[in-house]
Amino acid sequence: MYKYDAIDRQLVTERVEQFRDQVCRWKAGQLSDDEFRPLRLQNGLYIQRHAPMFRIAVPYGMMNSAQLRTLAHVARKYDRGYGHFTTRHNLQLNWPKIEDVPEILAELAEVEMHAIQTSGNCLRNITTDQFAGVAADEVIDPRPLAEILRQWTTFHPEFAFLPRKFKIAISGTKEDRAVTWFHDIGLHLKVVDGEVGFTVIVGGGLGRTPIRGQVVREFLPWQHILTYCEAILRVYNRQGRRDNAYKARIKILVQALGVEAFAQLVEEEWAHGKDGPATITQAEFDRVAAHFTAPAYEKLGEAALPDDKAFHNWLARNTHAHKVPGYAAVTLSLKKHGIAPGDITSEQMIAVADLADRYSFGELRISHEQNIILADVRKSDLHEVWKKAKIAGLATPNIGLLTGIICCPGGDFCDLANAKSIPIANAIQARFDDLDYLFDIGEIDLNISGCMNACGHHHVGHIGVLGVDKNDSEFYQVTLGGRQGNEAKLGKVIGPSFAADEMPDVVDKIIKVYIESRHPDERFLDTFDRIGIDPFKNRVYEGRAHGKAKAAQQEAA
Amino acid sequence: MAQLIKNNAATVDTWQTLQLGEGETPETVALPAGDVIFPLAVWQARKAEIISCHKRIGLLIQPDERVEDIAADLDYFIVIAVAFPKFVDGRGYSTASLLRQRYAYQGELRAVGDVLHDQLFFMQRVGFDSYVLKDGKNVVYAIEAGFKPFSDAYQASTSQPQPYFRRRA
Repeated sequence: MYKYDAIDRQLVTERVEQFRDQVCRWKAGQLSDDEFRPLRLQNGLYIQRHAPMFRIAVPYGMMNSAQLRTLAHVARKYDRGYGHFTTRHNLQLNWPKIEDVPEILAELAEVEMHAIQTSGNCLRNITTDQFAGVAADEVIDPRPLAEILRQWTTFHPEFAFLPRKFKIAISGTKEDRAVTWFHDIGLHLKVVDGEVGFTVIVGGGLGRTPIRGQVVREFLPWQHILTYCEAILRVYNRQGRRDNAYKARIKILVQALGVEAFAQLVEEEWAHGKDGPATITQAEFDRVAAHFTAPAYEKLGEAALPDDKAFHNWLARNTHAHKVPGYAAVTLSLKKHGIAPGDITSEQMIAVADLADRYSFGELRISHEQNIILADVRKSDLHEVWKKAKIAGLATPNIGLLTGIICCPGGDFCDLANAKSIPIANAIQARFDDLDYLFDIGEIDLNISGCMNACGHHHVGHIGVLGVDKNDSEFYQVTLGGRQGNEAKLGKVIGPSFAADEMPDVVDKIIKVYIESRHPDERFLDTFDRIGIDPFKNRVYEGRAHGKAKAAQQEAA
Repeated sequence: MAQLIKNNAATVDTWQTLQLGEGETPETVALPAGDVIFPLAVWQARKAEIISCHKRIGLLIQPDERVEDIAADLDYFIVIAVAFPKFVDGRGYSTASLLRQRYAYQGELRAVGDVLHDQLFFMQRVGFDSYVLKDGKNVVYAIEAGFKPFSDAYQASTSQPQPYFRRRA
């Protein structure tokens, strides 16, 4: 894992002092609220419904046990003893005091953590695949380039005040697990004729106007990634819309110009920076890559695992293939039924840190599905890890299943939300509490967002749920068929929205259509692709007047 | 009173910026004498006239104006002022980068408008060397602390064209 050197440490320490000074000047009235807002946002500090909300960066999802212990301590000392992992490799605290944030930052800096650019209209935290470096289908380990990109984005002087937020994701595996098709820039590492480079995707994004990104360059040799990104950002900074925040993302610019014209502009801009000083050197790559070398793996045979059904359920769902024989990656589920998805208490953080130290070289990762991963566990240790994870409430075997829900904080916490999302997730979890049934249903991504900003990635859920506001009441719109991965696409809305208490029934009906229609071994998504949306629509709205029929009924009444 | 910071010191501004009054157009506006910063549209409309009667010429660029359009004229300008109508509008940073890096503009590059203490470090890095701080802001503190919240930076930029990774010992 990357360890700070003198410059990294110095910049983060200086950042703490800079922010301390900014808070002081704001308190003293020397900075107006409007002037302070972008400054605090660039440091992850929102003013939210109940209290400030503070977002701490976990660059590309990598963390060590000392860092997690510090997060546990910070959550306990300055907040209510828990935190929330988001879909973009951040930990959010929901109740800190603004005055405490400089102190929190100082404590985080001690363990090489920060909150730089976790919000605001700037270059955000770089994200990647939670199995980077260990995935069996990995082509190139993306982490060194993710770290090089992290440094490049940090306090970039030209791009600190962009038209809107800007998110970059990088993937190095055959199957994309970093949602690269739905980021402002998605980078997919590959090898062509022995040369390592990127497919560069631009203009994807979820939110109010969900758009799948488009390829602006099929192959870019890795050395040029900074100069090429700089060209993209400069075109965007100069030409992106600033008159309307809803139309300010780069996806709108790419759509307006057309991807060929946009790519042409980028190429023209890049021609000036290509081969310039920002071209990455082999020496720098090697220096950074040395931080991501494999840990001291042992030569292991296959382990004999105890015959225990509950344990095997967990193995089936919560472990992932590892490229080194005898090892597995373990996902600790933050999707225990009845708990807000992604939430973790300080006690659980300590427990995870202990597990990481004992079983996984002291490191862990955060996934965009809001879970924690122990990436390097000996298969012979899996039973012990399972038992301990179970005690900590982190062994719910629902990864990739219906109740392993991605969910934003929604109306319970977030100012932007139109509707609550956590109670919907909890109600669905309660309805599908039978583990055998859950396993029988099989792989399903259910994603819930409390508003169209789509922090819960509802568009790419196989089943997506979006909270909408109608006449000051909360309703929920359902989409089907969305997906992440190489064939990423947006879900389709099935029809009129539902009241909160209808949602478990609606999901139940969707699942029943699938169960009745599926071929043996067919996943939900495959059945959906085969039979289309209508059978689901018909079942869900059966006996329920909507659209014209509803209007006619109302008229008759 | 505008507070000009130049060479890390508070300085008296000898330049006046031509503003178009109601009903005035770049073609009709009277050109004042002295050291004048002209809006780009006025420069484009009255270039020959301005050159004939002004020794020292300044230019004002708005965020949506393209530096490419005046790239050939840069030698005429003693000062180029880049307008920041709102401090959160970051187009001026790209304008400055282009002027310095692509078009090798060597004269004074001035940030004007909603220019605040907390933007000075970034502005300096993209190539500004003078700043008209927003009214009411503490110019002394800006000079003392605004330019150096950080002792170095990772990226290449105008003030340091070599990224940190190329300068590592």
